[in-house]
Amino acid sequence: MRMFSKLLFLALLALAAFGCAEDKKEPEKKAEPAPKAEAPAAAPAPAALKVGFIYVSPIGDAGWSYAHDLGRKAIAALPGVETTYVEAVPEGPDSERVVTKMAREGANLILTTSFGYMDPTLNVAKEFPDVKFMHCSGFKRADNVGTYFGRMYQARYLSGLVAGSMTKANKLGYVAAFPIPEVIRGINAFTLGVQKVNPDAEVRVVWTKTWYDPATEKEAAKALLDAGCDVIAQHQDSPGPQEAAQERGVYSVGYNSDMSSFAPKAHLTAPVWNWSVIYTYLVEQVRSGAWKSEDIWWGMDKGVVDLAPFGPMVPEEVKAKVAAAKADIIAGKELVFTGPIFDQKGEQKAAAGQTLSDPDLLGMKWFVKGVVGSTE
Amino acid sequence: MSIELLIPLLAAAVQSGTPVLFATLGELVTERSGTLNLGVEGMLLMGAFSGFFVCILTGSPWLGFVAGGVGAMLLASLHGLVTIVFLGNQVVSGLALTILGVGLADFLGQPFIGQKVAGFSKYALPGLADLPALGPIFFRQDALVYCSYLAAPLVWFLFARTSLGLALDAAGENPKAAKAAGLSVASLRWFGLLAGAFLAGLGGAYLSLAYTQFWTSNLSAGRGWIAVALVIFAFWRPRGAVLGAYLFGGVMAFQLRLQAAGANLPSSLLLMLPYAMTILALIAANLRKGRAGAPAALGVNVEPEE
Repeated sequence: MRMFSKLLFLALLALAAFGCAEDKKEPEKKAEPAPKAEAPAAAPAPAALKVGFIYVSPIGDAGWSYAHDLGRKAIAALPGVETTYVEAVPEGPDSERVVTKMAREGANLILTTSFGYMDPTLNVAKEFPDVKFMHCSGFKRADNVGTYFGRMYQARYLSGLVAGSMTKANKLGYVAAFPIPEVIRGINAFTLGVQKVNPDAEVRVVWTKTWYDPATEKEAAKALLDAGCDVIAQHQDSPGPQEAAQERGVYSVGYNSDMSSFAPKAHLTAPVWNWSVIYTYLVEQVRSGAWKSEDIWWGMDKGVVDLAPFGPMVPEEVKAKVAAAKADIIAGKELVFTGPIFDQKGEQKAAAGQTLSDPDLLGMKWFVKGVVGSTE
Repeated sequence: MSIELLIPLLAAAVQSGTPVLFATLGELVTERSGTLNLGVEGMLLMGAFSGFFVCILTGSPWLGFVAGGVGAMLLASLHGLVTIVFLGNQVVSGLALTILGVGLADFLGQPFIGQKVAGFSKYALPGLADLPALGPIFFRQDALVYCSYLAAPLVWFLFARTSLGLALDAAGENPKAAKAAGLSVASLRWFGLLAGAFLAGLGGAYLSLAYTQFWTSNLSAGRGWIAVALVIFAFWRPRGAVLGAYLFGGVMAFQLRLQAAGANLPSSLLLMLPYAMTILALIAANLRKGRAGAPAALGVNVEPEE
């Protein structure tokens, strides 16, 4: 009898181990049904261009991957383009397997949409010289690997104009993910926008060290609200901070995509991505054979970044002010990071009329005057 | 720190401590009956998902809350099967339970990501909410926080005043003696395991139905492990569990507020605080000599009648 139960236990353990293995394989399992091919309705072109997307998080209905997926849908609607995607692919070595599979299944162009896919993308690209790869937000390139990103800081600046006009306490809260140049640049641009319309206002920053932890991010927003802030902005993928603002009856600025469904009464606007512009361009380039490895960093003039529609609480005069600034940016005026710009200690970083260079922006590690918080 | 800042801080401490409190109490009940269940993180997430799912399905947050407990119980029954029926290693099985629970909740919850739910909103208790200081801290929370106020005394009552509690303790301290006294150790351990899992599941349901009120993957973000540590910190006593959970919630809320108040400290240091505090508390708890903490037969399987 005891022998029998021991055997049974062993079988159970094996089952448990199998369970673990199953679990680890989950992204792939999801991958089986996930690469939904969206074939065009039009008559089949001789060879459709196959474009594959790798997303770091589930698509959901807001946030970073959701914004990329809107771009995917836009090119899927073009004749002769087939798209596939795999969502929730962990960054790091595991992603290499997923990218390889996609390349082996015949994708012509693969877009890896998160920073952590940088090295995996390059590794896989070496083995598939005929496939084109584009990596979002990275800085390493190869013959068949290019990079792309958008000048989100322009939209952040505009959202700062809105937020700075709406605050009464002159204290704004910013729930931020990690102190890296991309996020710091966004906070600075937002603050410069706020101070343009409201020189007395300050922006308080709380780091959560998470990209997607709704509970912590909401809690961080509440901490800012308790400190007296009456507008909450965020650089995070979860709508947690929006919810906190809505509950307290104050205003909020979303990010990535229109987050107004989470906080209809609070949501002023949101700096949003419109990746379809870049994706349409890439499809054309690959199809005409003109594609070459390059670094794309497009801004509002091309429409890669924009503001989500304003909430009903935003007055017309604010809308007009933003529209004017937007027109200037689109016309090529360097509005955002043009001096005089001072850092937190009051040291001058850019003289009047001088504009910070792209390398300065890409390596930004300091806060402008008006930000309360630490960049560490 | 002024009083206007202190009261919201303490109220936030109670709120972020509540899911950890449910989970800690649950693990405490399970461990007192002699079973070590390291699957708390998995049970929290299964509880969070079951609660969310049933609430969406039925529209009733209360049904969802109970379903959270039941979902975690179902998951924990696997642990019971492995450890109580087949006498498997409790550590291995518990770890497997966490991995399974995290993966399962993630997988099942995939279609619901980002969806909102009409869960529990704040409800000020009439009368009590107007008490100075105590009112805003304790009695302007949501209904599930009030439930957690009942859970701790109930667990205390169970162990201090009922024969069932005594029998559970016997199963955890000296199963042989318990058996000699005519008690069924296996049934007692099943009870401890499932009752504990139910509490942990309620903690999970709190996360999805009251704290965030929408679904996303990995809602618990490590809170289950904190609960496992807090049971040791609490010396397996309900009172200690309450203290530990609120202390953890308090430090978490405090570091975010310190940043919001403009303290010019590196955020990495501040974010470390709750975890550093947990470790320090564990060390301090172990330095207190002269009081036996862990149930003597914790983690030891008991052969069924031969």
